Amino acid sequence: MQHPSWPDTLTRVPYWVYQDAQTFANEQQRIFEGPVWNFLCLEEELPHAGDYRTTFVGRMPVIVVRDDDGEVYAFENRCVHRGALIALEDEGNARDFQCVYHAWTYDRQGQLKGVAFKEGVNGKGGMPKDFCMQAHGPRKLRVTTIFGLVFGSLSDEVPPIEEYIGDDVLAKMERVLRRPVHVLGRFTQALPNNWKMYAENVRDTYHASLLHLFFTKFGITRLDQAGGVVVSESGGNHATASIVERVVPRQEAYVGQGFRSQENEFKLRDPSILDTHEEFGDNIGLQILSVFPGFVLQQIRNCVAVRQVLPRAIAATDLNWTYLGFKDDSPEMRRVRLKQANLIGPAGYVSMEDGAVGGFVQRGIASAGALDSVIALGGDNAGSETFRATEASVRGFWKAYRKYMDF
Amino acid sequence: MDDLHYTHRINQLNAEYARCIDDDRIEAWPDFFVAECLYKITTADNHARGREAGLVYADSRAMLQDRVAALREANIYERQRYRHLTGVPSLLSQSDGMVAVEVPFIVIRIMRDGTSEVFATGRYLDQVVEVTGQLRFRERIVVCDSHRFDTLVALPL
Ligand code: FES
Ligand SMILES: [Fe+2]
Repeated sequence: MQHPSWPDTLTRVPYWVYQDAQTFANEQQRIFEGPVWNFLCLEEELPHAGDYRTTFVGRMPVIVVRDDDGEVYAFENRCVHRGALIALEDEGNARDFQCVYHAWTYDRQGQLKGVAFKEGVNGKGGMPKDFCMQAHGPRKLRVTTIFGLVFGSLSDEVPPIEEYIGDDVLAKMERVLRRPVHVLGRFTQALPNNWKMYAENVRDTYHASLLHLFFTKFGITRLDQAGGVVVSESGGNHATASIVERVVPRQEAYVGQGFRSQENEFKLRDPSILDTHEEFGDNIGLQILSVFPGFVLQQIRNCVAVRQVLPRAIAATDLNWTYLGFKDDSPEMRRVRLKQANLIGPAGYVSMEDGAVGGFVQRGIASAGALDSVIALGGDNAGSETFRATEASVRGFWKAYRKYMDF
Repeated sequence: MDDLHYTHRINQLNAEYARCIDDDRIEAWPDFFVAECLYKITTADNHARGREAGLVYADSRAMLQDRVAALREANIYERQRYRHLTGVPSLLSQSDGMVAVEVPFIVIRIMRDGTSEVFATGRYLDQVVEVTGQLRFRERIVVCDSHRFDTLVALPL
């Protein structure tokens, strides 16, 4: 496919970028295996030596494991013999890892430690004498942890995670993750769209009160509430927040504009799902935070979750949800979180629509590869704003994306 | 309790439950539950590991009614239907008028463009009670076999 050149503005994005096979392949090398930090898992999920999880960096399968020295290591889940997956489970505890195909063995840091029949059988066969196990191993990732989150990178050039995320976004991350977390549940939402549509959706403060009627009806977030958006210098990371107001605000910003989202007020028969405990000390009732390319931290009232965005194919993305509580939660607090979890995930009053809307775009643009989307709300900048009627953080994503992809 | 007779009644309950959802009469769906109930959709993996969260977590019939109201009036999802098939129930135990039942299910989802696919399989873990001559769910935990859900879960399972 011949690409028309990329428009010389952050306010236009060509639709071929969600459709093109070569672009999809290049993203794996230039972004996911490039100078970025990929979210891998939670430290909490690897409490003991030998605990491991399998996950992905883009489409690269990866093993994340804690070793006896207490450090977390990550390496490609690919046997260096003939390429089979080394670990086949989602999680477990292992002394070492043995490929099932021909039993080559790796330690927890991804070093090749054993080759079956290396010396041959009865003096016949075996590996060449000069075969060096140290010189063969799956690709290893740099691993870093921050606030209990484990990130990995295949790049030696990526800056330290704090610098990569940026101070402003980092502070927003810290306010949620001060205490040790507890995993309440894990679910995968299979999105029928290119991964970048979800990356945009997460950064899209514009749609929240327009697509998600549930938000608007119950005053969880509205564009006219206090709040704002913080975008990192790179553009790739963002945090958007809104302040909780106990009283549903007057609907002035919406009145007379005929949006679907202001019609048909309805009341909850059991409003206990909106019972909120002020636990972060700052009245921020909603915060969505992203780290380029595929990490999201979400706090909606007391409902905390991390999301991992993984491309599976050009128009197929896995969104892995991990619902969180905190270790020091009382049983009552646990229940509050379980109820508020109705807002999120594949069946979430709010999040279900985000699962569908990317598919609407993917299908809508089927023959529009030569055309562009319009991302002009709030101007053409990609910086922080004290209001949320802007697409600045979506432009931020594209600013970072274009840099990595050299578009 | 006469097991054969009771199994028949459980089958009827599940048949009515399935028809209620599949015939798009979800306003009546909360009536299959007692007022203080638990309805949860989770996965086999979460269930086995004692992870409590659900995709849907309702601890009152009123919350189920809110679900229906949201689906009808608030949430955006493409037109779709389910076809539930429930299998033979296993009566697990009974005490104090409550019977624990496990029922396997399969749900086919039919999208507006005609695409029909297996959307979910799993088992219902039920606590069934009798209220004025009718069997009702005190608890229905929907344990889905898979942890992957396509696009969204709007209609109840
Ligand atoms: S592919 Fe792993 S040992 Fe042969
Ligand atoms: Fe959304």
